[in-house]
Formats: sequence, C-alpha cells, structure tokens
Amino acid sequence: MLDCGLDMTSTLNFLPLPLVQNPRLSNLPGWSLKDGNAFLDKELKECSGHVFVDSVPEFCLPETELIDLSTVDVILISNYHCMMALPYITEHTGFTGTVYATEPTVQIGRLLMEELVNFIERVPKAQSASLWKNKDTQRLLPSPLKDAVEVSTWRRCYTMQEVNSALSKIQLVGYSQKIELFGAVQVTPLSSGYALGSSNWIIQSHYEKVSYVSGSSLLTTHPQPMDQASLKNSDVLILTGLTQIPTANPDGMVGEFCSNLALTVRNGGNVLVPCYPSGVIYDLLECLYQYIDSAGLSSIPFYFISPVANSSLEFSQIFAEWLCHNKQTKVYLPEPPFPHAELIQTNKLKHYPSIHGDFSNDFRQPCVVFTGHPSLRFGDVVHFMELWGKSSLNTVIFTEPDFSYLEALAPYQPLAMKCIYCPIDTRLNFIQVSKLLKEVQPLHVVCPEQYTQPPPAQSHRVDLMIDCQPPAMSYRRAEVLALPFRRRYEKIEIMPELADSLVPMEIKPGISLATVSAVLHTKDNKHVLQPPPRPAQPTGGKKRKRPSDDIPDCKVLKPLLSGSIPVEQFVQTLEKHGFSDIKVEDTAKGHIVLLQEAETLIQIEEDSTHIICDNDEVLRVRLRDLVLKFLQKF
Amino acid sequence: MDPECSRLLPALCAVLVDPRQPVADDTCLEKLLDWFKTVTEAGPSLLLLQENPCLVELLFRVLKAHDPRPRVLSFSLRLAGLFAAQEDCFQYLQGDSSLFVASAAGQLLVHILALAMRGPAEGHPSPQGCDWPACAQKIVCHVEDSLRSTATLQVTQALNVLTTTFGHCHSPWTQGLWVRLSPLVACLLEKDPIPASHSLVDLLLSVARSPVGSSDCGLWETLAQTLSHLSPTQAGPLALGILKLQDCPQALKTQAFGVLLQPLACVLKAAAQAPGPPGFPEGATGDSITVDTFLSSKSACVGLLCQALAHLELLQLLPQRPSPWPQAPLLRAAVAILRFCHGSAAPTSDVGGHLCAVLAGCVRVQRAALDFLGTLSQGTGPQELVTQVFAVLLEYLTSPDSSPMVLKKAFQATLRWLLGSPKAPSCCDLDPHTQLFLGELLPVLRKRLCSPCWEARDSGLEFLTQVTRHWGGQAAFRHALLASEVPELTGQLLRDPESYVRASAVTATGQLSSWGLYATPTGPEHPEVQQESLFTELLHILSTDSEGFPRRAVMHVFTQWLKDGHADVAEDLEQFVARVLQAASQDLDWEVRAQGLELALVFLEQLLGQPGSRCPYAVALPEAAPPATLAQVLQALCRVQLFEFALRALFDCDRPVAQKSCDLLLFLKAKATPCGGPQEAGASPDVVSVEAALQRWQAGEQGQPLGELEPEAVMAVLRSMDLEGLRGMLAKSSDHMEKSPQSLLQDMLATVGVLGENEADCY
Repeated sequence: MLDCGLDMTSTLNFLPLPLVQNPRLSNLPGWSLKDGNAFLDKELKECSGHVFVDSVPEFCLPETELIDLSTVDVILISNYHCMMALPYITEHTGFTGTVYATEPTVQIGRLLMEELVNFIERVPKAQSASLWKNKDTQRLLPSPLKDAVEVSTWRRCYTMQEVNSALSKIQLVGYSQKIELFGAVQVTPLSSGYALGSSNWIIQSHYEKVSYVSGSSLLTTHPQPMDQASLKNSDVLILTGLTQIPTANPDGMVGEFCSNLALTVRNGGNVLVPCYPSGVIYDLLECLYQYIDSAGLSSIPFYFISPVANSSLEFSQIFAEWLCHNKQTKVYLPEPPFPHAELIQTNKLKHYPSIHGDFSNDFRQPCVVFTGHPSLRFGDVVHFMELWGKSSLNTVIFTEPDFSYLEALAPYQPLAMKCIYCPIDTRLNFIQVSKLLKEVQPLHVVCPEQYTQPPPAQSHRVDLMIDCQPPAMSYRRAEVLALPFRRRYEKIEIMPELADSLVPMEIKPGISLATVSAVLHTKDNKHVLQPPPRPAQPTGGKKRKRPSDDIPDCKVLKPLLSGSIPVEQFVQTLEKHGFSDIKVEDTAKGHIVLLQEAETLIQIEEDSTHIICDNDEVLRVRLRDLVLKFLQKF
Repeated sequence: MDPECSRLLPALCAVLVDPRQPVADDTCLEKLLDWFKTVTEAGPSLLLLQENPCLVELLFRVLKAHDPRPRVLSFSLRLAGLFAAQEDCFQYLQGDSSLFVASAAGQLLVHILALAMRGPAEGHPSPQGCDWPACAQKIVCHVEDSLRSTATLQVTQALNVLTTTFGHCHSPWTQGLWVRLSPLVACLLEKDPIPASHSLVDLLLSVARSPVGSSDCGLWETLAQTLSHLSPTQAGPLALGILKLQDCPQALKTQAFGVLLQPLACVLKAAAQAPGPPGFPEGATGDSITVDTFLSSKSACVGLLCQALAHLELLQLLPQRPSPWPQAPLLRAAVAILRFCHGSAAPTSDVGGHLCAVLAGCVRVQRAALDFLGTLSQGTGPQELVTQVFAVLLEYLTSPDSSPMVLKKAFQATLRWLLGSPKAPSCCDLDPHTQLFLGELLPVLRKRLCSPCWEARDSGLEFLTQVTRHWGGQAAFRHALLASEVPELTGQLLRDPESYVRASAVTATGQLSSWGLYATPTGPEHPEVQQESLFTELLHILSTDSEGFPRRAVMHVFTQWLKDGHADVAEDLEQFVARVLQAASQDLDWEVRAQGLELALVFLEQLLGQPGSRCPYAVALPEAAPPATLAQVLQALCRVQLFEFALRALFDCDRPVAQKSCDLLLFLKAKATPCGGPQEAGASPDVVSVEAALQRWQAGEQGQPLGELEPEAVMAVLRSMDLEGLRGMLAKSSDHMEKSPQSLLQDMLATVGVLGENEADCY
C-alpha cells in the first residue's frame, strides 16, 4: 500500500469546537426539513446561512471496500501528511504487515497526530450525529452535506493509544536504504525534497522498476533536495502529490504573506495564521526572521500555539542529516540550522501549548499568531477567529493549501476581519513535472485523472496538466488499473560447483549454450540452481529406499537440436534417397512435405518438426535421420 | 617614434614572428595598431619603415610563414594596410578559420576593389566588367564563385564583402557591380533553407541605403521577394531596415510593416472571442507561416514575439514610422499578450490555447510587452482600450507572481501611461479615470513597499518618486497619496536593510518633502517639525550610513532642495549648507564629495549669479557682483566653511573631485578678481599659514584643519595659486602614463618574458 492519508476536508461539514464557552455557537437554531420536520434539529444546526453537523468532527478514511486491508503486507509512507490514517488501518482492519517510513516522518507524523487528538479530546463533545448519514435522509439535505461522499465510512478521531500502537508497527528506514520485501522486490526510499524525511519510493525487482513519486519539491527550502537521478530507467512512474495550487508560485505567495502581515500589524491589527505545527511554518519563520527588521516589525510578538509547538521547533533542529546542505553545514559551526532558535532566544517568537496558562499572561497586541487547525474547526485557531473576527483591523492569512478557505470561514460569517489567501504549496508544479519526466524518462507514467486535464475552472490552461509521451495512464477513485508491464524474467542463481560443470558451446558468435541438469530451489522468491543429487549408489537393492532417495532418476540425456531445415534441400535429399512423388505445401507456420506414395506427412515449423506416418516405424526412423542431418546437435 | 619605443620594437617583432612565443591578447594588438595609426598619421611612413627595419621584416616573415597564427596574421595585414594604403600589392586572403583574419581580409578586399576601381574605371563601367581592372575582375569573380558555392561559410563571406563594399563605396561603379551580382543574390532566395540569411539581409539593406538604392535596379523587387521568402523571424530585421529607409516605394513599406505586424495579428486572432473591431491593415492578418512558427516550439514562439515587439517599439519612436499608425490594434495586441503571459486570457481557438500554454509565466515576453506597452503611451486610444491597459497593468502590479524585473517594467509602463493620460478639460486636475485608477494603484504600491523582495520595494519607490515629481502639485493626487499611508511607509524605508532601497527611499522622501507631502503621524499642525526631522534624518544617513548609494542620494536631495529653495532650507540657508558640507567633507565616497562641491556651486551661484553667462546678446550683464555684496558673500562662504571644503577637495586623491573643486574656485576667482575685491592681504601671517597648510595637504597630510579663515587671506591664496595650470593637469586622464605606447610595448614584452632578468632563467 502506498501511503495512507486522511481526508480531513470532511470536518468542514462540522461546527467548530470552541475552546471556551461560546454563546454564538451554542445557541444555533436547529435545522428542519422544508416540510417542517425537525427530527434532525439536534444533529444539524444553521449557522451563517449554512448547515453544519453539530457533533465531534469525523474524518474520511482511505478506501476500504476495494481490498481487504488485512491482506496488505507492507505500507510505504512518503511523508508525514500521508500517514494520518495509519491508526485506522493498523488497529481496525486486521492489518498485520509492516509500515516503512523515515525517522523524521514518524516523529513529525506523531506530532501531527498528537495535535489532532489533543485538539479534539480537550473539547469533549457528548454528541455524535448519525441520523443525517442515512442515505435517504442525506438526499434531502442542503449542499454540501448532500454531496458528501461515503459518509457512512466517516470515523471519529483515533485515540493516543491507537496512535502509539500504530506507530510501533513502523520500521524506520534511511534514504537509499535497500529493503528486501519477501525476496520478491526491493524497496528504497529517496529524498523527495518536500518535507523533513519526505520520500519517494523505488520498488524494483531484478528486471523491473516502479517509482512512486509523491509530494516532491524542487524548490530550495529546508529539506534535503530531491533525488532525481535514482528515478531514472523506471518502467512505470506513479506520480501523485503535485501542488494543489498550480497557479500560485510559492515565492510570490511568501511575498504576499509578508506584505499583508506587515500592513496589518502596522495599522495596529493582529494577524492569524492557521497552520500545521510543522512544515511550511519553518520556512515562514525563517522568512520573517529576515523580514521583520526591514519592515520595522522587530517589536511585534510572534506566538506559536500548539500542543506540540515546543517539540516541533526542537525536532526541526535535531534532524540535521535530513536537512538541505546549507542547514547541515550550520550544524558543524555549531549553530542551530533554523533561525527560529534565535527568534525564540530574543523573545520575538514565543510558543505555548495552548491559549490557557502562560499565554494569557504574556499576550500582547498587535501580534502574529501561528496556530492550528487549518480547517478552522478545532484547535486554538477557533478561539482567535471568534476573538478577532469582528474587527477589520485584523487579518487571517491562509497558507495551507489543503482546505478551501471560503469553506473554512463559512461558520464564522459575517466576518469583519480581512482574509488573505496565500497558499504556499512547494510541491511540483506542471512545468517542474515536465522537466522531471524529461530528465528521468520513465517508460510509462501513471497518475490521477485530475492531472491529465486542465483544472475545471481554467479549462484553457493546457499548461496546467501533465504533458508526456506516451500519454500518462490515469486512474480515478476505486479504479483498478493494470500497470503496463509484465514480469517476464526471474533471476536465477547458479551454484558455483554447478557452474563449473557446464560446457558451453558457441552456436553463434557471442552466443553459447550449455545444457544444465540441476534442481531448481525456490524459497522466499529466490531461485537457485543446485547440482542434482548424485544417482543413488546401488547398494544391493535389498534395502528399502528411504523417502529422501526418492528422486527422479536422471535419464540418459538425448542431445538437443538446433538449426533450421531448408525445405528445398530437404526435398532433394529425400529424392536422392528414393522418395518420389513429393509435394510441398506452404502453411502459415512453415511447410508440409507430403510423401504421397508412402502416405506420410512431414510437418516442418520453426520450432518443431513432426513426422506423421502410420505404423511404419522403419520409415519414420529413416525420415528422422534425414531430418537430423540438417540440424546441429549438442 | 620616441627612441625608447624604437629600442623595444625589434624585440617585440621578434616575439610576434616566433611561433614558440605566446602572443599577447587581441586587445594589446589592437592598442598597438591604434598607436601605429597615430604614428603614421604624424609623419611619413616610409621614414618610419626605414628607421625600423624590424617592421618590414615582421610583415615579410609573417606573410611567408607556412602556418601563421591568425591573430598575428590579421595584425600584420592591417599594419601593412596602414603603411602602404595606396599600394595595391596585397594578395587577398579569405576563408581563414579565424574570424579576425576573415574580417580583415574581407575589408582588405573591399579597399583593394575600391582602389582598383578608382581612376581608370571611374564613371559607369559596364556591368559585364570587360573594362574593369584585372585586380577588380579577379575579386569580383571570386565573390561570384563564392555566391555560387554550396558552402554557407563562403556565401556568408562573399555577402559580407559586398555589404562592406556598398556600405563604404558610393561611387557610380557600385551600381554596375549590383547589376552584375544581383541575379546571383536572387538565386540565393531560391534555395531552401536560404543560406546566410542574416548576411543577406545586411547586404540588401546596405545596398538599399547606398546610392544604388535611389536608382531603380530591381532592388525593390528583390527586397519584396526576400521579405516573402524569409521565415518570419529572419524577415523581421529586414522589415525594420526597410521601414527605416528614407525613400522606398510605399508598397514595399506596407509589405514590410505587414511582416512586423504579423505576429501580433496572430495573437489578436488567437485571443479573439468573437469578431472584434477592425484590426491591422491588410497584409497583416496572421498568416499560416507565422502561426506555424508559433506552434513549432516555445523558443521560436517567444523569440518571434519578442523580436516583433522590440522592432515595433523602435519603429514607433521613428519620425518615418508608418502612417496611419495602427495604435488601437497594437494596444489590443499588447494587452492580449500580457494576458496570455498572465494566464488570464481565455482563448477559444487552438492557437490561443497553445499560446496560453507557451506564454504562461514567460518573463521574457512579459518584459518585452510591457516595454512596448509603455512606448505606446505616446499615442492615444479609445477610452475602453485605455481602461483595459490600466486593468492589465494593475493585474501585473498586483500579481504575486510578477518577477521583480517584470514588476519594475510594469511600474515604468504605468508611469508612462499615467503621465500621458489627459487632464480633465474643466480644470487642470487629473481626469476621473486616472483618479479612479490611482485609488486602486496606491494600495498596491503600499503593499509593494512592504514586500520582502527588495527589488519590489525599490521599484515601488522609484515609481513614487517619478509620479510625485510630475503630479506633486495635483490636488487629486495629493489627496489620494496623503490618505494612502504610502508617505509613512516611504519614511520607514529610510531604515531598510538594503542600501539600494534606502537610497531610493531618500530620493522619494526628498521629492515628497519638496511638495509638502512627507508627513509623519504628528500631523499637519507642526509642519516645520516634520521638515526639520526629515532633514535631520537625511543628515544622519549622510553621516552614518555604511553604504555609498544612500549617502549619494542624500546629497542629490539636498542639492535639489537648495536649488528649489525648499522652504525649510531657505529658513537657515547658511546652517544648512555648513552642516551638509561638513558631513560631505568627511565622506569616503568620492561621489558624495563631488556632489558636495555641486551643492557648494549651487550655493555660490545663488549668492553670486550664474557662471558662464557670457551670452554675447545679453544686455549689460554684470561681470561680477558689486564689491560690497562680494565682501558679504565671502564672509558667508567663510562662515559655512566652503573654502576649507573646496581647498581640501582640490588635493583630493580622486580626480573628478579635484577637477570640480578647481572649477568652483576658478569661478569664484573670476567673480572676485575683476573688482579688485577686498584689499590685498599680501604675505600676512594668515596667508602664510594657509599656504603652509595647503602644502601639507598636497603632500597627503590632510589631518590638520585650516581653522578660522579671513576672506582676504583666502582671496590672496586663490590669486597666488596656479588654478589654470592645475586644471590643465587634472584634465589629463590619470592613466596617461599607463596608456603610453612605451608602457604598452613593455607590458607585451613582459608577458612573454623577454624583458629583463627573466632571460637568465632559460638555462
């Protein structure tokens, strides 16, 4: 299984979970059907002109109908965003296999999960809604609830215990490490340049190579650069995790982010940045570190609020070997690789596990707050949206591309605060993909259907799709696709003593043949030719044979034949040997030589020759010997 | 030739003919040729050759060498040409792999041909050439053979020789030459691909510009034929060249203009949603060849578009540009290109879709199109189109994806369109459309001034400076600007970490302040406090900034303020000048010190009147200020310590500073002397001490100040100094020693190790 991401956009259908008692959200009117039927009014509430589910938020799991996940042997994880569904799979499906991921992926993935669990568990909500999920009921609901897919499979968040158990099943791997999977294939993670520890995977046998490219970046940010060279010579390259916002250039977006931040703060407003606790935030902090002095923002406090803020900031500094070259060299100076260390030291950046406690004492405005969750449905961000939403001086800047910012904002409308959308997605765009594909030249590209056509809203932008030759094979949800290659060959090892005994014969310049008699030993998908056991010594024949001696006898070997039979010459030879009345017929595969008098057929094809004559063994042997004259034997 | 050079020359010639010795680089050889040119111009060449037999030996040996080095061969040929310009005694050499040799040989051929045709063949020789001198016959036959050759290199060389010929020789015989060769040139057009198309275009244009062009020799037909045979990219330069010609048939001009317009016509067609307003004149309707070029590859498409835009931009500025000028379709095309590049166009055709994919985010085309759009601001357009222009410019200024260079170009184009926009008819204020646009533009400018990218901040500031310079007095602009927070942000950028931005911020605040538009939150109640604080802030930058650019900018602002009579400068003029000069005098950057002298000169002019006002028709201009005023002036100059500043600058280690100071003091001397000025101070103790200090300064000890100066003493010192002599000396370039031929010869010999003790190492 390649990755197991969690679709969190399902949470947008739920009401936000406020950290403190919120009269607005707790007194919303229930929703009733057009005919006045109010049986759903406990589950569905009307808020800002939209209908939301009033319940613990639920997530959409990976497809489980198509395959039995208990039969999955291995899960390869490409980055920490792509493992958020792991506890659902390892704990509830009978999965007994192994998960492979790099160390930063596991550590930061743990932080993301921990934050998620914490955000949801610290605001316990007794209510769980299920009536609305009934298919007949769902049809009657307003959009987008009506159109939500697979709602019956939506699940509440896992627990920390499940997280720990899931993570314990992960085996850590390093870049370029070769891992044998049952002898059948070898898998290798390669740096993908997107996030700390993010990987692309190569899955290869001796004769086939499949690359799985997911969430890769060619930009120079904090992680190790993408390893492109190792992707060359792939039979198939599975390509996914491209940028979600192909029209937004990350550099331009960072510029927008900084300018809007400065303008807001300069006017006495606060800036809210809904974000994940790891990833782009490191780059944003680094950018701000260089920017705040020039923009005269040195006195403005930056707050990073997350249950895992401290760990995230500290982890980033210790994974030196997974960082880009510049940051790695800093470690030897020694200096912290990320400048947020200095921001913390100089008190410009402060971090807190939540808004409760120390934060409320230190809180100074105007300020900039980085906090989760980017969906605006849970986490400390809900509090700041309620607190700052009414003033037009304040600004919320969306940097994470995973959620539609308009949908995220829906339950907070009407909103006076300014909203700026600067999605920063450093993953490959289509120009970069096209360069990458030219560089690594896979025989076939396989990708989601969405990448093979322009975005629906910009149908004229034919530059916003994958353009490669041969055209990429696309797949859609729940589609089964046969990859365009077949395993034709297996590698077989020959034991040295057996190899010694071979007598090759050159049949063409450069091509030698040898007959081999051996035992093919197959175990764990490894094939070895071993010398055949010596024929059992005749020991009088009286003893009863032991079962282990019960092996096939090596018969006297007949020579192998090669070559082709030139029909004309063969006919001449037949005539020379007294056959007359010979007729030759051409067939699709060769020729039939007909000896009419003898009522005999000789069927000559490329890889076989048959002599068909009725009960005349002498004639058959005569003819056979004539045929053999034209062939080589060894 | 001076004896020292004569002494060095044999060794150098020996080096040049010795194949084992490394040859000095081309620049040295070029310099050497320049020197020989001056030497041969100065005296008889024959004598020079007689006195320096090594030169003849050099030419002889190089020409006879089996395998001469191209550089040396080229040098020798040109040297020989210099010495024996009148002698037609050279064999021609063409086809050498070295570009230098080929070019030199080509030029030589042209000279020989021109010389040969002079005299007997002067007049109108027959095109067949039976009456041409043998030497010319030989050359022309060689050129003919080359034109018939299948090797592109040979064709190129023949075309180049002809281009030079028609470019340099304007005698009637060239007409015969063209009549003879034009069929061969026309034959080249039949080939596919056309060989040496660049050189062919050069030749045709060269012929068209020569007297041959004015007589009808089928040239115009050939040009028309060439235009239609060349690919769109190759035809562009030819079309532009044709349109630049003074007199050529209108039909040809129309055809050429059509070629330039083709790519834009294609774009317009591809961008059209529905049949739109009339487009380009006939002949420029987006033909299939241009479309094919667009579709062939990204680089071809981008190259063709950029070329067309650059050519049309050049053409627009020419007086002989086609008339009527299709301003409206050009505007539409420029806007369409910019929209394609921005991904905001929604084309319906296949070509449009292709253009969209190719041009999206293409910085090269964006830059070319913005430049072109800026140039189009010279003309007008229907209001609906102008609105589109401003909309697309705003798109570019707003877009986070605009690269710094594109943003800069967008600002420049916006400025040109803004300044070109019409004034409202009723009053002299900005028209409503412009006011509306300003309302949208200023928030964008504000955001750009906050950009983390310094180039964006810098271009924003430059734009602000320019627009304020022109519109600082317009009420609508003042109102919008003051309400926009932009002036405050500009003040903030005086402390920007990037020095270029600080420099631009200095210029911008200086400009804003000149118009009374620079205000900090303390508000308009105390404007004098504001100005004082900006002056102090700029003075602070001048004295402390570690980079030169901001300090230079400050000096420019101060000079401008002084010139404009900035109210707050005028309030205490002497203190202003004194403080600025004091800060500038200690500056390590010579440009700052030089600008200090500029400021001092402005100050002097304001006190004494303009320098150099010697217009013969001016009526009774006083030669100098009245003595009483002069005494006061000198007192004032002493008070602001201008003398100390100028005298110190006179011995500045940077020549431009010393020169400027010298000019300033000469101006002062001229103004003061005719009236006798204050009483002669003679050898008073004051003068002695000043002169002693000056001598120490001249020797490089600049530490000691002059102290309090009396005007009399200063004037006495000025009179006693040979300022004219000093000016003469300073006028010579500082490297006049290093530029001497002797130094060149020594350098060249030194690089090959012939000079001096190095020879001993040869053991």
